[in-house]
Amino acid sequence: MAEMKYYELIKNPGMVALTDIPILDYHDFREQTIAIMKKESCHCVNYFIRQNTDHVDFYIIIANDSSHKVFVYSHRQKAEIKSLESITQECFQLHVFEREIYENTGIVFENHPWLKPVRYPFDRYDKAFKLSDYPFYRIDSEEIHEVGVGPIHAGIIEPGHFRFQCYGEKVLHLEIQLGYQHRGIENLFIKKNSLLQRCVISESVAGDTTIGHGLAFAQLAETLAESEWNEKLECERIIALEMERMAVHIGDIAALCGDVAYQIGQVSCEALRTIVINTMQDWCGNRFGKGLIRPGGTNYTLGNKILSFIAERLEEVHRRFLEVADMIFDDSGILARFENTGTISAKQVYLSGGVGMVARTSGTCRDIRESHPFQAYKEVKYKPVILDQGDVYARALLRKIEFELSFSVINELITRIEHLSDNLSFKPDYEMNFKPDMLCISLVEGWRGEICHVAVTDHEGKIEIYKIKDPSLHNWHVLALAVREQEISDFPVCNKSFNLSYCGNDL
Amino acid sequence: MVALVLVIITSFVFTGLIIRTKSIVSGRKGPGIFQPVKNVWVLLNKGIVYSGISGPITRMAPVVVLASIVVASLMVPVAGFKPLISFNGDFILFAYLLALSRFMMIIAAFDTGSSFEGMGASREALYGMLLEPAIFVLIAGLVVLTGKFSMSALFSLPVDTGNNLIYGIIISYIIGNITLVENSRVPVDDPKTHLELTMIHEVMVLDTSGFNLALIQLTSFLKFAVFGGLIASTIIPNNLPAAWRLILFFIVQALFGIIIGIVESFRTRFRMNRNQQYILTVTLISMIFFVVIFFSKNIF
Repeated sequence: MAEMKYYELIKNPGMVALTDIPILDYHDFREQTIAIMKKESCHCVNYFIRQNTDHVDFYIIIANDSSHKVFVYSHRQKAEIKSLESITQECFQLHVFEREIYENTGIVFENHPWLKPVRYPFDRYDKAFKLSDYPFYRIDSEEIHEVGVGPIHAGIIEPGHFRFQCYGEKVLHLEIQLGYQHRGIENLFIKKNSLLQRCVISESVAGDTTIGHGLAFAQLAETLAESEWNEKLECERIIALEMERMAVHIGDIAALCGDVAYQIGQVSCEALRTIVINTMQDWCGNRFGKGLIRPGGTNYTLGNKILSFIAERLEEVHRRFLEVADMIFDDSGILARFENTGTISAKQVYLSGGVGMVARTSGTCRDIRESHPFQAYKEVKYKPVILDQGDVYARALLRKIEFELSFSVINELITRIEHLSDNLSFKPDYEMNFKPDMLCISLVEGWRGEICHVAVTDHEGKIEIYKIKDPSLHNWHVLALAVREQEISDFPVCNKSFNLSYCGNDL
Repeated sequence: MVALVLVIITSFVFTGLIIRTKSIVSGRKGPGIFQPVKNVWVLLNKGIVYSGISGPITRMAPVVVLASIVVASLMVPVAGFKPLISFNGDFILFAYLLALSRFMMIIAAFDTGSSFEGMGASREALYGMLLEPAIFVLIAGLVVLTGKFSMSALFSLPVDTGNNLIYGIIISYIIGNITLVENSRVPVDDPKTHLELTMIHEVMVLDTSGFNLALIQLTSFLKFAVFGGLIASTIIPNNLPAAWRLILFFIVQALFGIIIGIVESFRTRFRMNRNQQYILTVTLISMIFFVVIFFSKNIF
């Protein structure tokens, strides 16, 4: 392989004209992808197709964490293409993208080790794929105990089916089948013409990451319209994003305590989470921040009064949470349950393309806030914390550490806003016109991990393709790996330590 | 007769007391003490849904489970009050009535044909098996200590010497731990959890509904009262006047409930594969108790 041919995006969110994206022939494309992905710092953030009348374009987007760049390149095939040699067999993290393409178009990826449907969308290529006869991996043996959990669960969670192959209490294999709530949300971004409608949809991609997905869409829209936004807006958005992270992290620690029947830890964390989300409600009228992030401006600008209110409430939460967290992480029972449970290695993360906390707890430095800084992160001094045990304890502890980091980031931004003049507040702009024939990529580090929104515009500047990658997409597979050789009774606490999204995967 | 009345009274408030303690400790108001009994009343008035593949055992099991505990509770001495049934060697019947109720639960869980329930059943069987020596070694120690063979005589130590008080406390500790395992409480099991994969007792009754579920819940109420009664008998001196014994009985029961509630609030569950160790530790304490008594009686 001689020379790498790709377009390099330096900014996040970034935009590239479709004509600037190099088109490779499939053999070179495959070789180049495998070569790039050999580097541990590179991971695939999206791989999707664009169908034209006479040909099909395949775009791949790869993020490089160490060089802070994003690579885009493509290959073009005839419209009647039926099969391609799979890249997954060499580079496993592409498995879900190839499966998605296969499901939607019927293009078979030869030698793909796991070519199964992902989401069962309404407009799938082969209607014979039914959710009820998903081809589960099976072990034929008298001794193996097969346990199926879901799609209806005892708790208030979303639908998903988990199929365990157990030998006694030990899990040999877990297969997770999702797709029960496919909403066709990507298509809604194309169908709905009003920008406001799209904003509302983006906030509902995953209900627990309202700010994260909302922000990903808002900055994508602003980039496509080449509109300018100001420093104050950037700071406000990051404050909202970090408040969301704080709230969810506290809630997750509460849930983890609940799973091991540690009542005192559970109730005290739940109480603190409520304070954070109620503060969010005092700011924008919604506890999850719906309606806060809008392109071009905001309806809820941070005045001095609300700013000091937020600072005061978060200060209290910070003080109380650290007390509670000390108690939780010192408890011998908690240590016994969390340590060495659901351990994942850096290699597993690399192979499956894990992102977010899952990557950062197993020794992989993967944080969009640092590698591809967006909004106010360009100026904030932020250094991600990397733990390397990869077990439930590390994932719980990272939540505590990230809580403290978020708190200090928010404080820094609050001080910055106080020094900015008040006339920097703008109302949202819903009349944006997008630049035609562009591919725009927006990356955001939500609380769960890297969120990627990609839009392709047509000749008239309308959105032609909208692709979303929630951090759950790859991490679900890491979860399946984490419970291997574990007790089946430890699955709930592993699952909770990942806290992945069902609807974010199903889209 | 007094013993039976006391057992029934205790069984009605005990679970409520634990739940109430837990809610107060966690800063909530919580349900009233009689809420569990009210829930059982509601369940008693409900119909039963059986799974399509379940057989006669599912239909029969809840009745047998409750009946065996009811009979067992007739043999429990309470704070010096004589039980209705008492004969030499009745503790063997007592232990195996508990085992019978467990056995019925287990085969009923298999009978429903659910993959969860089988899992719960295998756990319950293991823990039941490991727990049995603890009960028998404890009773063997008591037999050596008192030289008697009926439960009412075994579990009523006169607290006249300092030694007997220490024995009483050790016995209470052992029975307390047995209660936690038998009744599937924290740290062995978590009655509050909604996670099927971690359950032991709850998962076995997932397919039990309405009237049958009420019977199962009554059983667990009664089990608490039975063990609570035994604890009260061992630490309340049987030579006190009846009124004192009554008052002390209720104090002991309330303390027992509150302690369980507090333990559950501040303690995590064990990892499933640590439960065996925990139960064996209880057995070991019984053994030590037995050995100490054996040598102190100078049998050799």
